[in-house]
Amino acid sequence: MKKTVFFGALMAAGVAAGAAAAATLDDVKARGKLNCGVATGVPGFAAPDANGEWKGFDVAVCRAVAAAVLDDASAIEFVPTTGKTRFTALASGEIDMLARNTTWTFSRDVDLKFTFVGVNYYDGQGFMVPKELGVTSAKELDGATVCIQTGTTTELNLADFFRVNNLSYEPVPIETNAEAQQQYLAGACDVYTTDASGLAATRATFENAADHVILPEIISKEPLGPLVRHGDDEWGDIVRWTLNALIAAEEMGVTSANIAEMSAAAGDNPEINRLLGTEGNLGEMLGLSADWAKKAIMANGNYGEIFATNIGVDTPIGLARGLNAQWTEGGLLYSPPFR
Amino acid sequence: MTTLTDPPRESFRLSMLIYDTRYRSMTIQVVAMICFMLMAAWLINNTTQNLESLGKKIEFGFLAEPAGYDINQRLIDYTSRDTHLRASFVGLLNTLLVAVMGCVLATILGVFIGVLRLSKNWLIARIMTIYVEMFRNVPVLLWIVLFMAVLIETLPSPRAFRGDNATASMWLGDTMAVTNRGVYIPEPLFSRPLGDLPVFGAFNISLELLLLVAILIAGLFGARVIGKRADAVQEATGDRPTTWYIQLGVVLLPLIAALLAMGFHLGYPELKGFNFAGGIHMRNSLIALWLALSFYTAAFIAEIVRAGILAISKGQTEAANALGMRPGRTMRLVILPQALRVIIPPLISNYLNLTKNSSLAIAVGYMDITGTLGGITMNQTGRELECLLMLMLVYLAISLTISGVMNWYNERVKLVER
Repeated sequence: MKKTVFFGALMAAGVAAGAAAAATLDDVKARGKLNCGVATGVPGFAAPDANGEWKGFDVAVCRAVAAAVLDDASAIEFVPTTGKTRFTALASGEIDMLARNTTWTFSRDVDLKFTFVGVNYYDGQGFMVPKELGVTSAKELDGATVCIQTGTTTELNLADFFRVNNLSYEPVPIETNAEAQQQYLAGACDVYTTDASGLAATRATFENAADHVILPEIISKEPLGPLVRHGDDEWGDIVRWTLNALIAAEEMGVTSANIAEMSAAAGDNPEINRLLGTEGNLGEMLGLSADWAKKAIMANGNYGEIFATNIGVDTPIGLARGLNAQWTEGGLLYSPPFR
Repeated sequence: MTTLTDPPRESFRLSMLIYDTRYRSMTIQVVAMICFMLMAAWLINNTTQNLESLGKKIEFGFLAEPAGYDINQRLIDYTSRDTHLRASFVGLLNTLLVAVMGCVLATILGVFIGVLRLSKNWLIARIMTIYVEMFRNVPVLLWIVLFMAVLIETLPSPRAFRGDNATASMWLGDTMAVTNRGVYIPEPLFSRPLGDLPVFGAFNISLELLLLVAILIAGLFGARVIGKRADAVQEATGDRPTTWYIQLGVVLLPLIAALLAMGFHLGYPELKGFNFAGGIHMRNSLIALWLALSFYTAAFIAEIVRAGILAISKGQTEAANALGMRPGRTMRLVILPQALRVIIPPLISNYLNLTKNSSLAIAVGYMDITGTLGGITMNQTGRELECLLMLMLVYLAISLTISGVMNWYNERVKLVER
């Protein structure tokens, strides 16, 4: 009996190991659902709302892809991942794509065998401290206790920043954002450090948000973006150009309000026509329907609309566009042309 | 008249492998073995092939690269520029630290609780029953998280110690600070230090510590010799000479002399900047993990001790009582030595459990080997298979060592039959 169970387990392990293969698009279509890896709960970026429905800036990318591929923005299985589990989940094929404020770095791209399809948020690592400490610069943090999420690039940036500036500190490694909040608010650490957007999101949930300041130093470049596995370029193209479609839509003034009208018939602007599928065959090249981009944009609106509803200045998160404005407005967002 | 003929010598036929009970079990074992090996080979082949197609070869070169991350608790020198291998080693020492501390505390607590649960005092026995049932029926992870939450939420932060109207104050005449970042206790310092002894050029062991441990061992050995001599006198004359003050002197005097010679004094923690500086910092993560693991395992050990004691026949207690021994002595000299041989084998597996459970450390941010090698290193390098294989080997080695030592001890204390 014991042996039988053991063989069974061996079999299962072997089968599971062999399952991660290419042709993600076919898998997703056959499954009728997109498995999308998101964060375990970062307000504004990815968190379930009161009805248990996932909402957020990163979630919107998942929804756009699902809409483009499956014509249904809700046909998604959201898989919450931590900083530690996300790469294993993607590499093993448990999820089709990862949209979880993940920094695009050389070694993740090259060594871990992932393809970053673009950047949906240009971020940088910052520090948050209680106002009562009277700290105005990160250079004054000598000897401080710093709460930090483990398994992220933040950990390495932090070590480098303090070493280069000859400051000492005490790292307190923490598994999730929620635990970090608890420790920070209880005063078990003086400083909480993570991406500045994450800090703003976390601060927004505090009872007395005004008692905490985000220090001016941004100590790293953190381009956050969705990623897929190496080895399936067709799938990578779909996710990449869905993201680009959202960005291009904002640039060209295509919004969820006017998209129905604009896509009804070919208009004057040939690029809009190609984007919305009223001209050319871009959708066919991707292996999708002609109006794939229209569906993707209709899921949550264009990039600007997604930003404004989830993390913009009018939301509790209150982030300004900053680097994340269109290139025409002094930001870094720049979609390659649709032709 | 009948003639006896030898039964015809049966020649071996292949079918006998199945139909002959003499060979059948052998056949089944051989077939099972072949199947098992085929499976294993297929599994390994499958893994390497899949890794190959992903372009990931198994290699351990990453261990020599700089780790790049800091570790708050380290028993040996470590900076973020050191290698992943050294970071793993720091983690390994942290694992061993909490495992050893946990085993010691769990044993002490467990023996006390086990004995008290058999107490004739109704209240004490019930309280111990409640303790045991509470701790062993809730997952240890929850205990760890609960201990940590209690430490963080109830204790004052270092800020509360600052200023004229501080809301918190230090304990024991300003020598000890209990904060929600950990407990700061005075540290031993030497004004005439002996220096450090480098081991393999990898880390240093302080010579003061080595000297003190050597003196302590020598003192304990001396005390034992004196005790043996007292035993001999008691055997010969029936009178036991009072030796406890001589034994105490043999152990303590050389220690005190050595401490004075090296200029021993205490370094006290004091509030400096954001945190307390000076003294030994026992971090909350360590305390929470240590206490939770110890209390949890103590509940199991208490049951083992109770079972061991109950396994000794009542006649032994009655015989000891008849000789006029007091209950405490009966327990110490008659019951426990015999109970030990029942207690030790299951005790080994509880020590192993505690050590393996210490891998839950990451829940409170304690950087054990699962947190360094199996956590940050694995994450930053992306070498899951290599890291996990090494991690498994390390735990296997620790467990086998513990069980080897305990089995040796078991051999020594087990009943020698005459």
